[in-house]
Amino acid sequence: MNLSEHSSILIVVIPLIASFVNIFLNFLQRKLCYPFFVLVLGICVALSIDILCQVINFGVLRYRLGGWMAPWGIEYVIDHLNAYLIVIVSSMSFIVAIYSKDSVKKEISKAKLPYFYSTYLLLATGLFGITVTGDIFNLYVFLEIASLSAYALVAIGEKRSVLASFHYIIMGTIGACFYLLGVGYIYIITGSLNISDLTRLLPSLYESKVTLTALAFFIVGIGIKIALFPLHRWLPDSYTFAPSAVSAFASATVTKVGIYVLIRISFTLFEPKFLIEMTPLSNILIWWSTIAIFFGSLIAIGQKDFKRTLSYILIAEIGYMVFGINIGNKEGFIGAVLHILNDSLMIGCLFMIAGGVFYRIGSRNIEDFNGLNRNMPITMAAFTIAALSMIGIPPTAGFFSKWYLIVGAVKAGYLVSAVILIFSSLVNALIFFRILEKIYFTKNENTPMYNFRELPISMMIPIVITALAILIIGLYSGEIISSVIKFSLPKGF
Amino acid sequence: METVIGKYNYWIYIALMMIGFYAMIAKRNLVKKIVGMNIFQTAIILFFISTAYKKDATIPILIKSQEVIDPAKYINPLPHVLMLTAIVVMVSTFGVALAVIMMLYKQYKTLDEDEIIEILRKKK
Repeated sequence: MNLSEHSSILIVVIPLIASFVNIFLNFLQRKLCYPFFVLVLGICVALSIDILCQVINFGVLRYRLGGWMAPWGIEYVIDHLNAYLIVIVSSMSFIVAIYSKDSVKKEISKAKLPYFYSTYLLLATGLFGITVTGDIFNLYVFLEIASLSAYALVAIGEKRSVLASFHYIIMGTIGACFYLLGVGYIYIITGSLNISDLTRLLPSLYESKVTLTALAFFIVGIGIKIALFPLHRWLPDSYTFAPSAVSAFASATVTKVGIYVLIRISFTLFEPKFLIEMTPLSNILIWWSTIAIFFGSLIAIGQKDFKRTLSYILIAEIGYMVFGINIGNKEGFIGAVLHILNDSLMIGCLFMIAGGVFYRIGSRNIEDFNGLNRNMPITMAAFTIAALSMIGIPPTAGFFSKWYLIVGAVKAGYLVSAVILIFSSLVNALIFFRILEKIYFTKNENTPMYNFRELPISMMIPIVITALAILIIGLYSGEIISSVIKFSLPKGF
Repeated sequence: METVIGKYNYWIYIALMMIGFYAMIAKRNLVKKIVGMNIFQTAIILFFISTAYKKDATIPILIKSQEVIDPAKYINPLPHVLMLTAIVVMVSTFGVALAVIMMLYKQYKTLDEDEIIEILRKKK
């Protein structure tokens, strides 16, 4: 049997089964839970790289579940965009899994740890499922698997996280239900749920009001799931109070996968010309996301809590990606897709550092960052790289995606948005230089002298890896674009 | 008039959905919120099942002796199957929400959102 033929299904099934096995492992030998958990995610990384290689070499992969033919059975379709996303999700989940060992021990009681690992694996399952599936209803199910485990993971955190989790449940359910209604309307008018089948059926139905209703439900539903600005209320609280490992993992993957769903709906399910020319939707989303970037950045300045600052920056970054997708030219799309990778690395790295600082000094307040350089030089070096990338200083990855986005914005004639993009970079510069100044140059007598050393090695390695990845991806972003992203461009771009 | 009476099930679905939506957004009691959530989700079930309905049609079970199959005589089974999955999703969402509510009650000894926010403000 050729295993790599089945890698697209194995990547969903393995973490799913492992998450249940993990609970039973807990009763037998608790010590084994963590190694098993990391091993499973390691296997997922290997599978995802295998999938990416297969897609690059042989083109689109199609896997029929149970051997049923496409429009009737469920089909897993993997093209360049999916493969790219799967690699991001699997490697971020693996990296954060390594990180979680010591970080989580401090924040979660020991008895809950195996359940934490199981839920984490379920979240990974949901995210892998969303990326591989080629069926819109199946996508809904995976979306809910991912969301439900995300609610639970958020609620494990510190005391206030429970209320945050409740708000997340309410908002997330509205989002998912809107998505489901969208599926319903699409099914009424076409009688199909398969994405490639729908691509063929829908163009003759663009005039119909039902199609428009479905599109509206899809966009609002996903808008809630990715926390696009006015619908972002659940995000800052959830990611601030969740355990650090969860914040790092969820911020790096959940919203990015949401962006992927948005791309699928906008450009694979419907044709680009439907969104850009036949409806005002893409125009609305451009202004909507411009406002998201503006307000996200603006609110981020005023925050004292470091994780909350990052959450608002994340909201602005989501605005970047939605903006890039909708401006309707090649540069914008490449910028947005490249930014999915860069942002998941940057925000993941920064949230891990926030968790690391919390691990040592027990505070997330920016004011307490004074002079941390003396105690944690390596972590703070990684912080500097991630911060520079967030601002968009050339050798780091963040620069390239922002460059593409701004070029795209100017080319499409959205000068106001281009200015807002630059404004947001300036705001990031303001926020991060203020923190860097505290870390490296402030010697305040009022704050206590910390006497501790670097983070434990299991937390440091993931932080250093992501920081180095930011630099390396910055240098090789041309390669990534020419070998993967170029092929994921929608028709007519 | 025809659009109101002839498609009354869709109107009920919209009304139910709005009731649920209102409860989720406006009610301050957390249990009422998730009851609203349940109404909202049930409305979607009603919507899907309505789409499958055909007048004078029967359940889609094929009898061997029948030679010619007329699709108009059978209701569409797929939305029902989809809703079975959706019900499972809804039950688990409800379960998670109830668990979270229990945790909240243990922490704050109240289920009113305003009171919880008041407690949080006092702590600061």
